[in-house]
Amino acid sequence: MKKSLKARLAILSDAAKYDASCASSGTTRRDSSGSGGLGSTEGSGICHAYAPDGRCISLLKILMTNFCIYDCAYCINRSSSNVERARFSPEEVVWLTLEFYRRNYIEGLFLSSGIIRDSDYTMEQMVRIARDLRVKHNFRGYIHLKTIPDASAKLIEEAGLFADRLSINIELPTDAGVEKFAPQKHPRNIRRSMGELKTKIDEAGEPTLRTRRRKTFAPAGQSTQMIIGADEASDATILGTSAGLYDDYRLRRVYYSAFSPIPDASKALPLIKPPLVREHRLYQADWLYRFYGFGIEEITAGRPDGMLDLTIDPKLAWALENRGRFPVDINTADKEMLLRVPGFGTKTVKAILSARRFKRLAMDDLARLKVSVKKVQAFVTASGWSPLKLIDRSDLRSLFVPEPQQLVLL
Amino acid sequence: MRIVLRARGDFEEWRTAARALLSQGVAPRDIEWVGEDAAGTDLFSAPATPPMGGTVPVSVPKAFLPLAESLICHSDPSRFDLAYRLLWRLQTENTLLHIRSDPDVARAHAFDRSVHRDSHKMHAFVRFKEIPSDNERRAFVSWFEPDHFIVARNAGFFRRRFADMDWLIATPKGAISWDGTDIRFCDAPADKPDIQDDADDLWRTYFANIFNPARLKIKMMQTEMPKKYWKNLPEAKLIPDLIAGAEQRVRDMATRQASDTVPKFYERLHRRKP
Repeated sequence: MKKSLKARLAILSDAAKYDASCASSGTTRRDSSGSGGLGSTEGSGICHAYAPDGRCISLLKILMTNFCIYDCAYCINRSSSNVERARFSPEEVVWLTLEFYRRNYIEGLFLSSGIIRDSDYTMEQMVRIARDLRVKHNFRGYIHLKTIPDASAKLIEEAGLFADRLSINIELPTDAGVEKFAPQKHPRNIRRSMGELKTKIDEAGEPTLRTRRRKTFAPAGQSTQMIIGADEASDATILGTSAGLYDDYRLRRVYYSAFSPIPDASKALPLIKPPLVREHRLYQADWLYRFYGFGIEEITAGRPDGMLDLTIDPKLAWALENRGRFPVDINTADKEMLLRVPGFGTKTVKAILSARRFKRLAMDDLARLKVSVKKVQAFVTASGWSPLKLIDRSDLRSLFVPEPQQLVLL
Repeated sequence: MRIVLRARGDFEEWRTAARALLSQGVAPRDIEWVGEDAAGTDLFSAPATPPMGGTVPVSVPKAFLPLAESLICHSDPSRFDLAYRLLWRLQTENTLLHIRSDPDVARAHAFDRSVHRDSHKMHAFVRFKEIPSDNERRAFVSWFEPDHFIVARNAGFFRRRFADMDWLIATPKGAISWDGTDIRFCDAPADKPDIQDDADDLWRTYFANIFNPARLKIKMMQTEMPKKYWKNLPEAKLIPDLIAGAEQRVRDMATRQASDTVPKFYERLHRRKP
């Protein structure tokens, strides 16, 4: 007997939760006021709910089907798993997306799928869903399609026309890891597909000679995800891979997904407590690379094993390793150095640069800019404040390390 | 001088009064701004209306207007005084707004952030429920409880997004509606409608199944979705049970060994391969 829509929704959202991305930002601004359709995107994304795992729910994140011909060891949907299987028809996915959107539960759809029959067949079905939403139903919300790496160029072209974002998962930080745990996937093909997406996204960004109108192709760019903690890759290796992806393929985001226990897990992988703190530190390091001017080698130089310090954040760890660069005078230092002060975010730095044109700043000013004075005081000088020899204290690190906590057993 | 305002987020109301006061040179310390609600309880002082006249052009930096518009939506009774004090100081300190660490500017930005956050949460947590419609357009109703007087300023967002359906958002701080032609706004407190929508059940199914029990981060969830919003979110009633059951679900995954059998279609797949 065919399972009810509700039962299949349960199976196919459960199957989708290991994809970390839920972003709905960074696409073109558009709305329905002119067309009389449904939906809008206005720059920043909106998180419509949060699950108790602390993750934002912005999109209806589902699989079209969790039948899959691939057998990737880390995946809940691998062909050898006894997990319950289900499939949506394209019409059902369209209906769910529109009804959820109308009730303001979501910003749009993040559609992924197990591979059925072959890559082109699967991709064709996914593209059809996106096309129906846009063309038949005049839907202007956000669409993210997980691209099937070996699908034909024509299908990818069409996917980019209807979707805001396309993504291909790199799966694991090293080629050896992918070959070991996802034997039917080929790192070279994944990179080639990313390269082709980059070329198309770049082309669409350039105005053509004849018209000022740009071609549409995935205006929110491409992203990827890698699983952390399933193989032996160090943080330095992971971040090196990310930096390469950002530089070579201009990805908007690399998502890190802590390897998490799944039902009917493969014997090839141990069931571990997901390394959530490690995942968090990797995101912080990723941010330092993209927005704070840090090189990956600077962030990972602190420890010989290439791992990030789990007890303190990577910016603080770098500052403690490089005390000679501190204290920084907030009234004279350049932007690059201000960004390196633990406790200053990009907005704080902007506010400091603006305000100091008109007055000399003191620690009170920092407090009113919502900076934690306790955290920054060892690293800055300000009007009426110099940190004495605080920066040379041998126990400086211990001032920042959190109190030990009772561990919870898994 | 005592200035009584309706104080329900109408920027023009404050602007008219402030412009008149400024052109008469009335200093911030000589003004007491009072909301109608608060004024009503004080029987011994007759409510004064804003002084009229005085239309001397007042010049302010461009950045002041959006900041003041946002401030006036805040629910803190001191907002009118703060906005007027900034206006007053800007007449002699024209770079004031660049100094984010100035106590008045910092406070204004704190109010502004709070209003923006409230608007953002309204965009996120309004939940429409379908009601029967008497024409070909579908009709939806929502109940939301904002902290500040932000309903009117967010009408545009919902109109741009939900153009092809009729909707009404009712709140204790006013209501807005859209019928495909006009936006209507009323600043009087509305009543909470009692409506069921079957789609909420599918949404709860999604919410429960997208949750990963192996990654409990309850604090993170509550920072972004504080408990005060839960009572109007259909999915929130599942949260306590999802949390309570999480540890056991993870333990079950760990104790249950990987099965030795594979599904039938896996065997078929393997036979197909060369």
